[in-house]
Amino acid sequence: MARYGMVIDTRKCVGCMDCVVACQTENSVPQGYCRDWITTEVRGEFPSLTMEIRSERCNHCDNPPCVSCCPTGASHVEPDGRFVHVTASRCIGCKACIASCPYGARFVHPDGYVDKCTFCAHRVRQGQDPACVSVCPTRCMYFGDLDDPQSKVSELLRTRRWHVLLPDAGTKPRVYYLS
Amino acid sequence: MEQLSRRRFLKISAATFTAAAAVTRLPDAVRVAGAAEAEKGVRTVPTFCEMCFWRCSGIAHVRDGKLWKFEGNPNDPQSRGRLCPRGTGAVGAYYDPDRLQKPLIRTSARGKDAWKAVTWDEALAYVAERMQKIKAEHGAESIAMFNHGIGVRMLQHVLKSYGCTNFAGPSFAQCRGPRDIGFLLTMGTGLGSPEPTDIANTDCLVLIGSHLGENMHNTQVQEFAQAVARRISIIVVDPRYSVAASKAKHWLPIRPGTDLALILAWMNVIVAEGLYDRAFVERHGHGFDRFAAEIAASTPEWAAGETGIDAGLIRTTAREIARHRPASLVHPGRRVNWNGDDAQRSRAVALLNALLGNWGRKGGIYLQAGMRVASYPLPKYPASTRPLADNPNQERYPFADEPVTTGLRDATISGKPYPIKAWWVYSTNLMQALPNPAETLKAIDQLDLLVVCDTVPSDIAGYADVVLPEVTFLERHDELLVGWGRQGWTSLRQPVMPAPADQKPGWWIAKELAGKLGIAQCMPFKDMAEYLATRVEKSGLSWETLKNDGVIMGPKMPITVEEGAEFAFDTPSGKVEFWSDQLVKAGFDPVPKYKAPAPLPEGFFRLVTGRSPVHTFSRTQSNPLLAGLMSDNEVWINAATAAKLGIANGQFVTLRNQDGVASNRVRVKATQRIRPDTVYMVYGFGQTNPRNRRTFGKGASAAQLNTRYATDPLMGGTSLHGNYVAIEQEA
Amino acid sequence: MLEITTTRHNPLIDPQLHVWGWEIPLYLFVGGVVAGMMVIAGLAMLRTAKGEDTARFFSVQTPLLAFVLLNVGMLALLLDLAHPLYVWAVYLTFEPASPMSWGSWVLLLVYAILLVSALVRLHEAWPWLGRTLPAVERWSDAITRSPARLALLGWMNVVFGVAVGIYTGILLNTMVARPLWNTSVLPVLFLVSGVSAGAAAMHLASRFFGRRPAPQGLVAGFLSALAQPLGPQPPEKSTVDTLIRADVALLALELVLLALLVLGMLTSTASHAAAAALVLGGPYTLAFWGAIVVAGILVPILLQSLELSRRIPHTVLPALLVLAGGYVLRWVMVNAGQASEIVQAAAR
Ligand SMILES: Nc1nc2c(c(=O)[nH]1)N[C@H]1C(S)=C(S)[C@@H](COP(=O)(O)OP(=O)(O)OC[C@H]3O[C@@H](n4cnc5c(=O)[nH]c(N)nc54)[C@H](O)[C@@H]3O)O[C@H]1N2
Ligand SMILES: Nc1nc2c(c(=O)[nH]1)N[C@H]1C(S)=C(S)[C@@H](COP(=O)(O)OP(=O)(O)OC[C@H]3O[C@@H](n4cnc5c(=O)[nH]c(N)nc54)[C@H](O)[C@@H]3O)O[C@H]1N2
Ligand code: SF4
Ligand code: SF4
Ligand code: SF4
Ligand code: SF4
Ligand code: SF4
Ligand SMILES: [Mo]
Repeated sequence: MARYGMVIDTRKCVGCMDCVVACQTENSVPQGYCRDWITTEVRGEFPSLTMEIRSERCNHCDNPPCVSCCPTGASHVEPDGRFVHVTASRCIGCKACIASCPYGARFVHPDGYVDKCTFCAHRVRQGQDPACVSVCPTRCMYFGDLDDPQSKVSELLRTRRWHVLLPDAGTKPRVYYLS
Repeated sequence: MEQLSRRRFLKISAATFTAAAAVTRLPDAVRVAGAAEAEKGVRTVPTFCEMCFWRCSGIAHVRDGKLWKFEGNPNDPQSRGRLCPRGTGAVGAYYDPDRLQKPLIRTSARGKDAWKAVTWDEALAYVAERMQKIKAEHGAESIAMFNHGIGVRMLQHVLKSYGCTNFAGPSFAQCRGPRDIGFLLTMGTGLGSPEPTDIANTDCLVLIGSHLGENMHNTQVQEFAQAVARRISIIVVDPRYSVAASKAKHWLPIRPGTDLALILAWMNVIVAEGLYDRAFVERHGHGFDRFAAEIAASTPEWAAGETGIDAGLIRTTAREIARHRPASLVHPGRRVNWNGDDAQRSRAVALLNALLGNWGRKGGIYLQAGMRVASYPLPKYPASTRPLADNPNQERYPFADEPVTTGLRDATISGKPYPIKAWWVYSTNLMQALPNPAETLKAIDQLDLLVVCDTVPSDIAGYADVVLPEVTFLERHDELLVGWGRQGWTSLRQPVMPAPADQKPGWWIAKELAGKLGIAQCMPFKDMAEYLATRVEKSGLSWETLKNDGVIMGPKMPITVEEGAEFAFDTPSGKVEFWSDQLVKAGFDPVPKYKAPAPLPEGFFRLVTGRSPVHTFSRTQSNPLLAGLMSDNEVWINAATAAKLGIANGQFVTLRNQDGVASNRVRVKATQRIRPDTVYMVYGFGQTNPRNRRTFGKGASAAQLNTRYATDPLMGGTSLHGNYVAIEQEA
Repeated sequence: MLEITTTRHNPLIDPQLHVWGWEIPLYLFVGGVVAGMMVIAGLAMLRTAKGEDTARFFSVQTPLLAFVLLNVGMLALLLDLAHPLYVWAVYLTFEPASPMSWGSWVLLLVYAILLVSALVRLHEAWPWLGRTLPAVERWSDAITRSPARLALLGWMNVVFGVAVGIYTGILLNTMVARPLWNTSVLPVLFLVSGVSAGAAAMHLASRFFGRRPAPQGLVAGFLSALAQPLGPQPPEKSTVDTLIRADVALLALELVLLALLVLGMLTSTASHAAAAALVLGGPYTLAFWGAIVVAGILVPILLQSLELSRRIPHTVLPALLVLAGGYVLRWVMVNAGQASEIVQAAAR
């Protein structure tokens, strides 16, 4: 079974937010909400600066606190790709999962359930890339099976320097940032 | 100046323009175009984007009758299957609740928000009647048009058939005009759009201003990202740590307005150290020795004092640029009108490229290829004996080869060379696009008729006598796009969705208007589909293919010397004019000469502008999707400066310029990413039409603060960075 | 210099913006009070079972008040849910890793225990109930007359009271994402503070209602049953003193726990230190020091000590202050906790 992950090359990313807009249209994310967002980190002082731009979203953590804290089982891990998902019809909106996610990846959908990035499982299961990955004009995002050593994502993680967000949180995130 | 009066493309010896086209196909799954039947399931319609003027082709997806998403068309050389955020956000333009719905006629003083909704028949009869009157009293030339974008084609055609001659767009004097004239004077050709920059293959890319990544001209951004990934040398000159600067090997945080000094110093090093392409210069250069003598004094040490950039760094970067030639590219820029002497700076950029010998070379500036598409047989336009009003007989701006918006505005104010009594404004928001909106209002005061055709209640629509609501590009046919690039191509714009209310396409408005003006014969086709199909079929192309695929590619031709292309320079000397005799003759400097910008008054900052990746000018601010990502602009202030002034990040301030004009309140972005003497704002915000709820009063308008602008004496380009602002905190 | 800009427009997605509003602090507070009352009532039941308690005040009326409060708390909990209609989904499953799942099931049991505990003597306060539903009286007697059964009920009150008291702390404590909650002191702190607040609540109740005879009848009897956890006799002076003495000890313990919490944070990771800063020198400082430490702990300790030594007359003021302090503690912990976040590890 696949263990999907995303690898994002921050060198190429320009922070254009196309990934954000594409997610909103693809997934009919209600107006005013977003499942992915851009973080810009500037270090140094004028004029010696460096900048990292990251497209962030749910990390579909291998050790997801949002799943373990959910009282209804609405938050769960889908076996076929280890997607961390929310079953809307089981979610009571207690927000424990929101409080437990160190990345701020979740929000309460106006319809009363918790929503977040799905890794576009509906597309992935049809052999497509997630919407954000497939629109990115700089082609800086890669999606694939981390357990498959032949996959592009595995290759990138072998050959490039990378980091994940808040490794200390112990969540084992599956969105990787190349630097 | 006859030879400058039209845009010419390079003569490419190997180019045999044929109508035969290499056609690629979309997968079958996405080829259910144009179906209007029961709306269940997903249908897809290819069409090209109008969220900006790069004109990528996309595929619109309609699910259960709702516009779902707009994705890139893999057949298209502009998008290569991927749109930019604004293109992706086009869905929001369709669903914008503030869209204009019905034609409106003003019922009170101009600029007051008092209108009555009327039928198209009434609106166009009203317009036609006033046009007839103005034509009878002043002549048809007194009816002028401001326009931007391909959608204007048929309206312009009807006005031309009516005898109108004055048409101007901000895309020249406020945008790429100075660059194109700088290149035209030097290389014999402007560069047009898309710029033939071979970023995909270059080994060294110099960006002077050009903030790729924020400027989202799609293809260039894609190639820029590839270039970053290839780890080529990137050198960015910008007073602000732009996104591009963050990817660069060298960032040169230049003092605004001093770029020419830097370019001259670079050329000085490259010439003095003999790093230039001697063979190219000897074979193709005109007046090189006089040029070399002219720049001999422009040393890095001299330039350092002007630009604030270390002389050593200027030298290092000059050598770096030269080392990679000919696959070394100094991006010609696009919106180059910063200081009002920009054509000369662009000439310097052209010359720097010439020193690198990158003309027609892989990784340099390639030779554009096109394809021929037959025209539709249309009646001839009536001849006019009067000069164009903006630049009569090219006396004001001798090298302008397109009409100058501000020239037309001046003519309207002064009534010279003849009165201008009506403006048609199509798809351009003059209050934001032109410098000093106060002058635009003064001109509007002279008018008997102001017609604005827009999709949303824009600033300029607020001053109209008649507002004509156009459908968005997703709901209409427009003129064919026949593109020039690495390979010629033709794209189709076709309706995806029905109009949600009583909006109409430009061509329909044009046809109705023609009828009302008594010149219906100038529109001898039933509708735009017939017009387009005729053009396409006459060219030996397949209308069905174009409808299904959205794009038809032209023949492949060599575009670089490496591929066997040849070139010649269409200048008076037939060579690259390092020394320009025509400039001497017209009384200008034959080699660009640096003039220092006026010193910054105490307590003031220089205001410069640019782009946000999620907005286009002032046209996307009311789009709910894009407004959701950026609802107002910020003023960037150096963090240390802000701290000194006691201004906190996120605080609201007012900007007051040297002439006492104050902006809306605007949020501060206190950041290390900008020079201490410069402030920056994204242009297009601070809109004034209360009917546009998402834009009204949001952020500050850069145009409003642009009260002091210089006009390029060569070609009429207006400066957009000539203003100083003080920062005022709220009490 | 580090400049972080995040472009997202949804306030709910931002960690520094609050997920939980007023409902959860209220629930946590009421839950704590209920927990405390259960522990005290349970202990009293155990004494009654041994035949030691004569006043019956704690063992009989306390569960009724706790039951009412529990309903208030559960209402607050329900109001917080974004989709309250699906609340049954909690009881379709048991998620062993989820403190909230544990808590939900515990609450269900607590509900039953309190209901039974309240019912066993309700017919005494509410004689018409015994008359109309003799079965109630029979079941009640079956429990109260059997010391073993009463002792079992007492133990259940104590055990589940403790469970309720610490589970709220565990719920927050397990959220690694919020450093302020991420301390093992929290469950104990919440339990101790709950017991002291529970004692204060009973104290208040005894002051307000203890002396009046119970009204009768359908409406008045019902209302009195809700508002008046009365007994035929007021609690004895020695009982009150015991309560006060216990409360002072609990408050002192609470103080120690708070100190442990803050010191623990300060000496832990950067994220924890940043979280501590929220209460030490940040937006929650005044509430933390002023309302919780001074007004909610130090002043009541002082007043109650003076009361015990008979230097000042006995008033309800300390009880009121303890309750208020207990509420503010939850409010600060929930809000500051949500505002705390893991800070990105130092420069790469
Ligand atoms: N997202 C988005 N993309 C767009 C557009 C849009 O509206 N939105 N518009 C399109 C159009 S029509 C155009 S013309 C282009 C314009 O885009 P570009 O041609 O890239 O724009 P520039 O004029 O280079 O101006 C912006 C940059 O110049 C810097 N700058 C300001 N003053 C100076 C100076 O004195 N010297 C130097 N070296 N740099 C300076 C600013 O900090 C900023 O980074 O963008 C196109 N792309
Ligand atoms: N201060 C400052 N001024 C500038 C610039 C700057 O950077 N700073 N940039 C300059 C540059 S590079 C350019 S190219 C110009 C751009 O200037 P404009 O082309 O005038 O740009 P917009 O402000 O987008 O105005 C377009 C108008 O067309 C309307 N519109 C959009 N789509 C349609 C359509 O399909 N049909 C019709 N009928 N109307 C439509 C929009 O609602 C909007 O009101 O601005 C120039 N002016
Ligand atoms: S679309 Fe790609 S380049 Fe743009 S912000 Fe997202 S990840 Fe970065
Ligand atoms: S990022 Fe947050 S929501 Fe996503 S799996 Fe990890 S903890 Fe859960
Ligand atoms: S809000 Fe929904 S998904 Fe999240 S923990 Fe509660 S029930 Fe589970
Ligand atoms: S993977 Fe899909 S759901 Fe997740 S951010 Fe990308 S587009 Fe949105
Ligand atoms: S660059 Fe973006 S907005 Fe412009 S045409 Fe292409 S997709 Fe549309
Ligand atoms: Mo432009």
